[in-house]
Amino acid sequence: MVQSLNRLKESASQTAGPYVHIGLTPNFCDINGVYETDLGIAMVNDKTKGERITVKSRVIDGSGTPLRDALVEIWQADADGLYNSPSEMRGSADPNFTGWGRCPAHMETGEFVFETIKPGRVPFRDGRLMAPHITFWIVARGINLGLHTRMYFGDEEKANAEDPVLQRVEHKVRVPTLIAPRDGDVYTFDIHLQGEKETVFFDI
Amino acid sequence: MSNLRPETGSFFQRDRSWQPPAYTPQYKTSVLRSPQKALLSLDNTISEITGPVFGHNILGELDDDLIHNFAQPGESAVGERILVYGRVLDERGKGVPGALLEFWQANAGGRYRHKKDQYFAPLDPNFGGCGRTITGEDGSYIFRTIKPGPYPWPNGINDWRPAHIHFSVFGDGFAQRLITQMYFEGDPLIWKCPIVSTIPSREAVEGLIAALDMESTIPMDAMAYKFDIVLRGRRSTMFENRLEGN
Repeated sequence: MVQSLNRLKESASQTAGPYVHIGLTPNFCDINGVYETDLGIAMVNDKTKGERITVKSRVIDGSGTPLRDALVEIWQADADGLYNSPSEMRGSADPNFTGWGRCPAHMETGEFVFETIKPGRVPFRDGRLMAPHITFWIVARGINLGLHTRMYFGDEEKANAEDPVLQRVEHKVRVPTLIAPRDGDVYTFDIHLQGEKETVFFDI
Repeated sequence: MSNLRPETGSFFQRDRSWQPPAYTPQYKTSVLRSPQKALLSLDNTISEITGPVFGHNILGELDDDLIHNFAQPGESAVGERILVYGRVLDERGKGVPGALLEFWQANAGGRYRHKKDQYFAPLDPNFGGCGRTITGEDGSYIFRTIKPGPYPWPNGINDWRPAHIHFSVFGDGFAQRLITQMYFEGDPLIWKCPIVSTIPSREAVEGLIAALDMESTIPMDAMAYKFDIVLRGRRSTMFENRLEGN
C-alpha cells in the first residue's frame, strides 16, 4: 500500500432542465420580487472602457431547431485584456466591466443577446497572445454537462490566424465554427450542437 | 472574503468517465442535443483559470429562505420544512469560500412556478422556488426550504423525477462552473430515473444524495439534510508567481 492522495471526486453534473430560469433568471420567468434584478444581465455601464458591441447567438440542435430553453453564460476580458477576477494577477481590470454575462434564450426565437465590449488580447500559457475571444458556457434540458466553447471575432483575421488555440483544431474546416461574422456593431455566433456544422467544444 | 491569496493554478482535468456523457438515449432530449465529435482538450489558459466572484452585497435578507422569500407577509410555503446544509469543497478537500450557490425546485406537490410546466398539481401562492447564498470562509452554506415533490415528465410513458433540488455553483475559476441536482436519502425513484442514470457509476450517483441528519434537525420545526458539493481542484500553487503554472 502507499499513502492516499486524499482526493475527492468532482460532483457529478446533471442537466439544468427546462426550468433553469426559476433559479438563474427568476425575473425573466415572472418570479418577481425575490431578487431585484437577474444576475448577469448588465455587463457594462456608462463608464466601461472599450468598443461597444452586441453579440447575438443561438444554440441549434441536431435537427436544425434553435433551443428555446437553453441558458448561456459568457466570460471575457476587458478592453485591455484583463479579467475581473481575484485570480487575475497581471493587473486590475476595468471596475466598470463585469466580464460575465448570463442570458436565457428568447422563449420564441431562441436568441441570446449580450451587450458587451470587444475584449483585448490575453496571453496563452507560453506567453504568445491569443486572439480576442469570449468563452461560452451552455446549459439546457438535454445537456448533461455544461458545454464550453469560444467565440472569436470575424474582423480579427490576422490575430485569429496566429491564435494558439485555433491552431490546435486539427480539421481546419472546423475553425470557422468558432468565428462570428461582424455586421456593423453586431457579431452573430450560432452554436450547432451536432451534425455537419457542429461547433468545436472544449474539454478545458 | 477570504484573506488567503487567490489561487492561480490550472484545474485538475475533468474525469469524463465519472461525469455523464453527452449522449444518453434513455434521456431522450439528449439525443439531438449531444455533440458527436470529440471535444478539443485545452490545458487551462487564464481565460479558464479566472472567473467571476460575487460579493455578499448581491444577497437579500430572505434569499436563503424559500419558505418565506415569495410568501405574503405572515404566510409561509406549504410542505415539509427542511434545512439543507453542507460545504462546497474542491477535489483537494479544501473548502471553497465565497462561492455563489443558486438553487431552484418544484413545490411540495411537484409543480414548478414556470409557464411551461403544465402539471395539474397546483401552484402554492406562497412559494416561488428560487434561492441563493454565498459560502463562508470554510466553504459552508445553509438554506431553508420545503421538500419538493416528485413529478411526472414526458420521457417514457410513466417516468417520474425523484424529489430533487437543482444547484448551480460557481467556484473561483470559470472552468469549475457546475450545475447538478440534489436527491434525498431513501427515495426509491432515484434508481428508476433516466436523468439520474446518465451518470455512469452508482458511486457518483450516491455523491448527489443528501443524507438525513437528525443531529442538525431543529426539533418541532425543520428536518435537516446534508449535501456537500465538490468542485474541480487546482494544481499546486508552489510556483504561484508563474502565470503559466508549473
